[in-house]
Amino acid sequence: MTETDAVKLTNITKRFPSVLANDNINFVLKKGEIHALLGENGAGKTTLMNILYGLQRADSGTIEVYGRPVSIHNPNDALSLKIGMVHQHFMLFEPFTVIENIMLGREIHQCGVLDRKKARKKVVDLSESFGLTVDPDSYISEISVAMQQRVELLRILYQGADILILDEPTAVLSPQEIVEFGAILRKLVTSGKSVIVITHKLKEIIDFADRCTVVSRGKVVNTLSVSDVDAHALASMMIGHELQAQVQSHKNAPGPRLLSLQNIYAEDDRGHTAVQGVTLDVHAGEILALTGVDGNGQREIIEVLAGVRKASSGSILLRDQEIQNYSPRMLYESGCANIPEDRHKDGLVFKFTVAENIALRTYRNYVEGPFLRFDKMNHDAVSLIQDFNIYPADPMHAVGEMSGGNQQKVIIARELVDNPEFIVAAHPTRGLDVGAASYVQQSLVQEKERGAAILLISFDLDEILQIANRIAIIYNGKIIAVKSASDLTREQLGLGFAGIAE
Amino acid sequence: MLIDIGFILGTMFMYATPLLYTALGGAISENSGVVNIGLEGMMTIGAFSAATTSYFLQNPWIGFIFGGFAGALLGLVHAVACVSYRADNVVSGIAINFLGPGIALFLARHFFGGTTHTKILDLDKKMPRPFDGVFEQNSFFDLILNQYATMFIALFLVFVVHFVFYYTRVGLRLRSVGEKPTAARTVGIRVVLYRYGAVIVSGFFAGLGGSSLSIAIVSHFWHPLISGQGFIALAAMIFGKWKPIPTMFACLMFGFSQGIAVFLGRVIPATYTELVSMIPYALTLIVLVLFVRRSRAPSALGGQVDE
Repeated sequence: MTETDAVKLTNITKRFPSVLANDNINFVLKKGEIHALLGENGAGKTTLMNILYGLQRADSGTIEVYGRPVSIHNPNDALSLKIGMVHQHFMLFEPFTVIENIMLGREIHQCGVLDRKKARKKVVDLSESFGLTVDPDSYISEISVAMQQRVELLRILYQGADILILDEPTAVLSPQEIVEFGAILRKLVTSGKSVIVITHKLKEIIDFADRCTVVSRGKVVNTLSVSDVDAHALASMMIGHELQAQVQSHKNAPGPRLLSLQNIYAEDDRGHTAVQGVTLDVHAGEILALTGVDGNGQREIIEVLAGVRKASSGSILLRDQEIQNYSPRMLYESGCANIPEDRHKDGLVFKFTVAENIALRTYRNYVEGPFLRFDKMNHDAVSLIQDFNIYPADPMHAVGEMSGGNQQKVIIARELVDNPEFIVAAHPTRGLDVGAASYVQQSLVQEKERGAAILLISFDLDEILQIANRIAIIYNGKIIAVKSASDLTREQLGLGFAGIAE
Repeated sequence: MLIDIGFILGTMFMYATPLLYTALGGAISENSGVVNIGLEGMMTIGAFSAATTSYFLQNPWIGFIFGGFAGALLGLVHAVACVSYRADNVVSGIAINFLGPGIALFLARHFFGGTTHTKILDLDKKMPRPFDGVFEQNSFFDLILNQYATMFIALFLVFVVHFVFYYTRVGLRLRSVGEKPTAARTVGIRVVLYRYGAVIVSGFFAGLGGSSLSIAIVSHFWHPLISGQGFIALAAMIFGKWKPIPTMFACLMFGFSQGIAVFLGRVIPATYTELVSMIPYALTLIVLVLFVRRSRAPSALGGQVDE
């Protein structure tokens, strides 16, 4: 009996109709360690953890928890074995308070009447002992994403979890918050918890984890101690071959001013002024990164530039032509492209095929009388699928069934096909694995070298420092600094995120 | 003047009563995530069942409860269709709205010798009025407070439902199921069970709403008795942001417009009565257009869930 193993998964196999998600996976989580589960999207990490958490059943294989063989049929079973999971997409209830969210399912009550006072005390105690600061009485809709994540963590601790599964916990955090998050994880393991972190961000693994298991195409490639490896080796293991050389961005001299935002004001959905007098120039042949903590007006700027939100005042010039409050079609016709922030919501029609999604901008080219020429549409899509390396290479494939990286490629194919002069790229690599992300970055750099002006909205510091020529930091709806990328360090950027610019 | 105000307010409470029951029922179902536009049909079957049972058993209370159960039965049908068989909630609701009156008319013919209405209850076999004779007849307070017991029960239930929604474990779980069923499931809440329960209770309330019409406000059931009140209740619930207490005020507002309509109906020429009786319905439209954008429905309303 190996008491040092918190979880031991042996020969787990799970087959979905079209894919073998887990192929004979062996995985051991030691007591008191932070174990990273690394792999590209679709490698089978989340499926494996869903099996451990009882959301899916394995076709074969065994699960042992603290040396005892168990069968886990549903999340309740997992919780009674002290296994808790924080999902990538938070399972929080916006109209409920923090306390209500935390206690849901394990309510403290008397004869069915909630005892909020007792629950509050328990939550506050937990939050103090683990350094997870939350406002217990706020509604979820009112608190930041980072705090929402702390609520999720508190919830599984409240439920009594000793084994914590965290699915892509840092995807939504700013660099500063990621550092804090690492400290929280340390605190958790020193107090006896064991943690599995699902991620595809290599840097975090090196920073946080004790050990790491690399999964690729449903199989375990290797389990190793983090101190023995570097990021490069991990990346190669993850994608199964050498990662191509880092995206090269020649710091070429930018051309003339192409797009200019002048004193733009815009309101958010609740009517607050989210963008407060933003002035920015983007030159031909440069990538200007607009960065800052999420929710400082980036979304509103993106939407103004996409023509889906009205600027309340100010002007936007494209080659000295006023384009503010143009419709999306007018913007497209004047040479603006847009890679939206949320590819699910704004970027793609999931039920449409690849060809149809690509033709969303250009469908008028296929009109013949009252009909659409789908044969032509598919024919054109085939060549784009080749150019942009989209998989599966089938114009009739439904976009909703593709991986995130390939979905993003579909958007990029659609947006870049007409050689736009100005491109807004909002978080273009968010949620993508290393291979797909570097492809996307490469495409942007190519566009820049062709002479396009690119506004990159991102808070991935590695990405920004790698491909941007200049960096603008936004805080509270205002631009607090614009600098050449080579003049900025990570530390300065971090401070800028907090609203401090020297 | 004071008497006129008393009359309008009294009429308001009287007409708001069936709406209150039904709208509360709607709120219960919809907070669990199941759209219930079948309220109209559930009211109809409730009204018929209550009138019939009260007539044969000569007891309005048994009739009242029986009306609730009849509504609950249709609620069960709606739950089976929407929760277990994942039918589109709206389509199922429309079917319920045909089913309710259909069954009611069929049974009416069966029990009452081929007529489409039930026999009229004796006055002393209707719902009692607890404040009858306490105040001087047709005085201000008499006009307002001399209401059927069903009215006071309805107001009481508003606060019961409010308490259950916001202060109990069942309420919290119910709302979580309507808000994000997948998340509710991950903390071990049985989504299907809660939805079944909520839709059945919703039918029970709508049945009570129908009963409060057929054995209190009037004394028998006939075909056009309900005539859209289920939909007005639905509008009141939406106007009330799916919350019990605001929903109560919405119902009272519709009752008030009915009070105005009845009052005007007595003082203006007969040619205009149809126009005047349109007031509550016109108000429904206006309210929906003006206010519904600002209210927030449970997020998972009308959606389906895997179990």
